[in-house]
Amino acid sequence: MTTTTAPGGTTARPATGRRTPAPRRCPLARHSLTLARRNLTKTLRNPGELADAVILPVVFLVLFVYLFGGAVAGSTQAYLQYLFPGILVLTTVLTGQVATALSLVQDMKKGVFDRFRSMPVPRTSMLLGSVLADAVRYVLALAVLFAVGSALGFRVETGVAPALAACVLAAVLGFSLSWLSVLAAVLLRNEVMVSTVVFLLPFPLVFGTGMAAPVETMPGWLQAWAGVNPVSRAIEAVQGLLLGGPVAGPAAATLWWSGVFLAVFGTAAVVAYRRVVG
Amino acid sequence: MSAAFEAEGLVKRFGRTTALDGVDLRAERGSVLGVLGPNGAGKTTAIRVLATLLRADAGRAVVDGVDVARDPVSVRRRIGLTGQYATVDEDLSGAENLVLFGRLLDLSTLDARARAARLLDRFGLADAGGRRASTYSGGMRRRLDLAASLVGTPAVLFLDEPTTGLDPGRREELWQTIRSLADDGTTVLLTTQYLEEADALADEITVIDEGRVIAHDTPAGLKQQAGGQTVVVRPRDPAHAGAAAEVVARATGGPVAAPRGGVVTTSVEDEREFAAVVQGLEGAGVAVTELALRLPSLDEVFLSLTDGGRTTPKEDA
Ligand SMILES: Nc1ncnc2c1ncn2[C@@H]1O[C@H](COP(=O)(O)OP(=O)(O)OP(=O)(O)O)[C@@H](O)[C@H]1O
Ligand SMILES: [Mg+2]
Repeated sequence: MTTTTAPGGTTARPATGRRTPAPRRCPLARHSLTLARRNLTKTLRNPGELADAVILPVVFLVLFVYLFGGAVAGSTQAYLQYLFPGILVLTTVLTGQVATALSLVQDMKKGVFDRFRSMPVPRTSMLLGSVLADAVRYVLALAVLFAVGSALGFRVETGVAPALAACVLAAVLGFSLSWLSVLAAVLLRNEVMVSTVVFLLPFPLVFGTGMAAPVETMPGWLQAWAGVNPVSRAIEAVQGLLLGGPVAGPAAATLWWSGVFLAVFGTAAVVAYRRVVG
Repeated sequence: MSAAFEAEGLVKRFGRTTALDGVDLRAERGSVLGVLGPNGAGKTTAIRVLATLLRADAGRAVVDGVDVARDPVSVRRRIGLTGQYATVDEDLSGAENLVLFGRLLDLSTLDARARAARLLDRFGLADAGGRRASTYSGGMRRRLDLAASLVGTPAVLFLDEPTTGLDPGRREELWQTIRSLADDGTTVLLTTQYLEEADALADEITVIDEGRVIAHDTPAGLKQQAGGQTVVVRPRDPAHAGAAAEVVARATGGPVAAPRGGVVTTSVEDEREFAAVVQGLEGAGVAVTELALRLPSLDEVFLSLTDGGRTTPKEDA
């Protein structure tokens, strides 16, 4: 998907005495990172946006533990151990999606992307840049989640390396699903619609799982959905990595699905973007 | 001389709207082309086609020797674009904005910083360079926006209504900047709704309306077509309006309409007649509060251009 430009161009440069830097290699990667840095700087300067991303998972964690802990697992402590892996996956799947989609819509509307597009910058890097910037939000959100989790009494039962692997796995899934938000942003191009749609879009994926309560307690149709839901596999894998249990199968399934999401939503988003902006 | 950019028969439709209906544009290297037209004329659309943001449905455009449809990436290395609305990033400082564009143009971080510093200095933003652009005034934003399109030292610069929203002082400043760019050899395409602006900056003016070119001329030629300029005299004492009218009639050698509201107005063919009016008023001892040589407004230009047998689509409907 890299579009490398022919070095020097094909047409003879008329002698106007002007210097245009020679095209360098790998424009997609370089420009994506440059634009990711821009997005990150913007995020860090809007603490409200960052707080949103960090606070939402913590709110879910605390809410669920104290509301349902007693009913579902008999004690809040046991429930916390059960719930935490699901919230970890929720964090990477939900964090920053709305913010990313909104900033894309604003950049498109305000003409910021028009200026980028009038420069020798690959189209894809404008989208990739904003998704990559999310990675830093994940790190922050996961760090806060672990801090709050252990304050409440959550304990990793395996070790540091598996816990890190769990974070990476969840981040991979979150990254691939970000492209769904990008796709929605490119297609809708309207702040109000985008914030609603992008906020609700991942809900069936995140909550149609055994995250908050055992699947057996759900109605049949929901059980069926949770059974095939890729996020269920991710939660199982993270459970295995944090608390012990089978990992290989669910982790492989998670990676496979992430690849599918990336290929389908990523391609669709890039194609839609090129279509919309010409 | 070769053309810095040349467009022939550009057509662009949006659904049922025809934004461009066979537009030709051309500018020599180092010259300034003014594209004059009212709202919805197709100015922005024309710029977007030349700047590779839109593909024309028909027609052909070559910028700095490169076909925009065939090799848009090469075109993007040769142009700078300042859109109709300022697109600076408000969360970044002025300097950060410019460094970002430098990086995207493949400058090293060091070169990008140096370039940013030079441009900030040139546009009078050196002191504000470290501040977030959200704290900038409208005029500062416009200047930063213009600076951003110069980071890559483009051969051709596209400016879409660059002075809209600026006060007269700021506008004059920006005009000087644009002039100095053209003097340095940059070819500039500038759109505007004001004949005054096109007159002040452009070597040639293309007037478009409803997606069609309705005139192409030098500023002087266009003013002539539009019925020349107008002398406006407002005597301090309204009772002197009659005397003022006589002076003006003598100086311009033509009949002058009766003063209205204490103001004498008449059109002049030659700018030298204005000097004669000034001298005549002084000689007659008529003190004035307003004395001006006014260019025809866009409305008047259109009226005269479309009166000459050409019917506008509006009249067709
Ligand atoms: N993306 C678009 N979709 C649909 N119609 C469009 C689009 N862009 C422009 N138009 C239409 O094309 C016509 C020309 O628009 P354009 O923006 O080029 O005019 P303009 O001369 O720049 O006007 P203004 O002085 O208001 O900026 C208008 O009728 C406008 O509504
Ligand atoms: Mg416009």
